[in-house]
Amino acid sequence: MAKQRESTFVNMVVVLFIVSVIAATALALVYKATKGPIAKSKLEKKKKAIKNVVNDFDNNPIAEMFKIPVAGGDSVECYPAKKDGKIVGYAIKTFSKKGFGGLITLMIGFDPDGHIHKTAVLEQHETPGLGDKMQRNKSTFSNQFDNMDVPNIPDKDHDGIIIEVTKDHGTVDAITAATISSRAFCDAAERAYNAFKKIKK
Amino acid sequence: MSKFKIFTKGFFAENAVFVMLLGLCPTLGTTTSAINGLGMGLATTFVLVMSNAVVSLVKKQIPDQVRIPAFIVIIASFVTIVELLMQAYVPDLYDVLGIFIPLIVVNCIILGRAEAFASKNNVFDSILDGLGMGLGFAMALTILGSVREILGSGSIFNITIYKGDGALVFVLAPGAFIVLGYLIALINRLTKRA
Repeated sequence: MAKQRESTFVNMVVVLFIVSVIAATALALVYKATKGPIAKSKLEKKKKAIKNVVNDFDNNPIAEMFKIPVAGGDSVECYPAKKDGKIVGYAIKTFSKKGFGGLITLMIGFDPDGHIHKTAVLEQHETPGLGDKMQRNKSTFSNQFDNMDVPNIPDKDHDGIIIEVTKDHGTVDAITAATISSRAFCDAAERAYNAFKKIKK
Repeated sequence: MSKFKIFTKGFFAENAVFVMLLGLCPTLGTTTSAINGLGMGLATTFVLVMSNAVVSLVKKQIPDQVRIPAFIVIIASFVTIVELLMQAYVPDLYDVLGIFIPLIVVNCIILGRAEAFASKNNVFDSILDGLGMGLGFAMALTILGSVREILGSGSIFNITIYKGDGALVFVLAPGAFIVLGYLIALINRLTKRA
């Protein structure tokens, strides 16, 4: 066994200090180097999500983003998609705090008449193998929202909430064994729809 | 101990998961699918190799009584570096593993190898030990993840094997314990001829 250095008060303090300084410097350098690429990959993801959820557009929705206040003091980001100057849809970045693993962020695209065009998951921390099936590539759950005619969904239990899982008298089939995650997805969609209604006013 | 043995002991004789039962928190938590297990295993391998190398380099400069805090700072730094690099250059993998990456810090295999091996051996042997232990860990996680994915979701590496819902329990925590138990029993049967 290699001989270890005797521990004295001074050398313990000095060594720990040096180790921390080196570690902090290394982290700062890596952070600086990766800051650009991280921001870029997040922006790319957002762009891709917008492209996926609304009709073809030729403007820059990110530059024309505006915020819409929603219930609870929060606001959602709205990205208008235009073609030849005419609105062809709105991509709304919405969220729900009711997820099984905390915050869920979705991008939901609306056609001008209130149909949901498509949806995309931006961020989720649901249980792998259960709640994470809300992602398009993992199950058919989110397909239920494609072309959903939200304004014409009957509010069966008259609680003012339209997009709900069947357990709550809604029309969305929940993911097996992940009702909480499914409810959160609906909650986010409902929030986006409420924001959309405000745009149309 | 020969160089070859230092490298291979991590796979069978001293496999972190199946033999030493170390690092069970990430093992049970991340192996819901084969790809998650493999990703976690490889990220852990990287941290293990780097921290083993650095600990071995500085072992003579670190006073005995503060070695653990010094090791932890080194390990935590590498984990954060991995997290930032993954976020920047492989965002897709980061999305899958995101919440599990910080957990590598508390994986006792890494501190265990720093304390038990790297602080007593030269740099080359320590890197070899980290590589063997890490890949052995990755192998164990991939096997565990594959079994759970096949039984629980009916697929492997996201390739569907059979349609329909699998036995849900294998995706959840209890399934991890059950599968791990049977795998350990199987490996004991094969290696020890008990």
